[in-house]
Amino acid sequence: MNELDENALTVVKRFMYVNRRAPYGTIYALECLEVVLVAAAFDQDVSVVFLDDGVCQLKKNQDTTGIGMKNFSKTYGALDDYDVEKIYVEKESLAARGLTADDLVIPVEVLAADDLRDVMAQQDVVISS
Amino acid sequence: MKFGILINEGPFTHQASDSAYRFTAAALAKGHEIYRVFFYNDGVYNSNKLSEPQTDDRNLVSLWAKLGKEHDIDLVVCVAAALRRGIKDEVLEDGFRISGLGQLVEAGIQADRLIVFGD
Repeated sequence: MNELDENALTVVKRFMYVNRRAPYGTIYALECLEVVLVAAAFDQDVSVVFLDDGVCQLKKNQDTTGIGMKNFSKTYGALDDYDVEKIYVEKESLAARGLTADDLVIPVEVLAADDLRDVMAQQDVVISS
Repeated sequence: MKFGILINEGPFTHQASDSAYRFTAAALAKGHEIYRVFFYNDGVYNSNKLSEPQTDDRNLVSLWAKLGKEHDIDLVVCVAAALRRGIKDEVLEDGFRISGLGQLVEAGIQADRLIVFGD
């Protein structure tokens, strides 16, 4: 923080982080979560989106013992502690995978693709992975 | 316009860094400003000076370093992503620096547009 331009801290932009991939198999989900947790400290307007296979990142009862990877799904619970409250999940992606909001580790706002598109269009910065 | 650039892939498996390099060079040639280039995920491999592509291949590590030097671009490698991939100051090409994810957020705040290059 100490290297940052002080001006940066007075601007509030809308940052959206878009997760489209399964939690394991690639590192994108984990490293995106790391970005969000850091970004939350900057007093920006942060939202996080899960769509396509990204909805599986939030699935309850993940068990990674068979693949030797760290199960980081509990960390999503920290988003609330970091005041990241705008968490959107695409309705169609959930349905296509036989999931509902009740299957997820944290409370989310389920949005249809059309509505999600409108929210995306309002953002200043969209970071996808 | 003032651009921030985010690169999420390494120099070989994906074209993302090539595309980002060409975008950055073209933007500069048109008189735009590059506020920062931030390397994340496997993108941190773009800073590894030990990388030795075949001689008839382009060398993105040196291309980025050269472009950065010519235009005084801030080339920032994410420390968390770098450490787990063995990218440390000992192997860092000149012109790059290692810093925190806050530098990415700051680029998003300061730049007019943050362009993401990934898979």
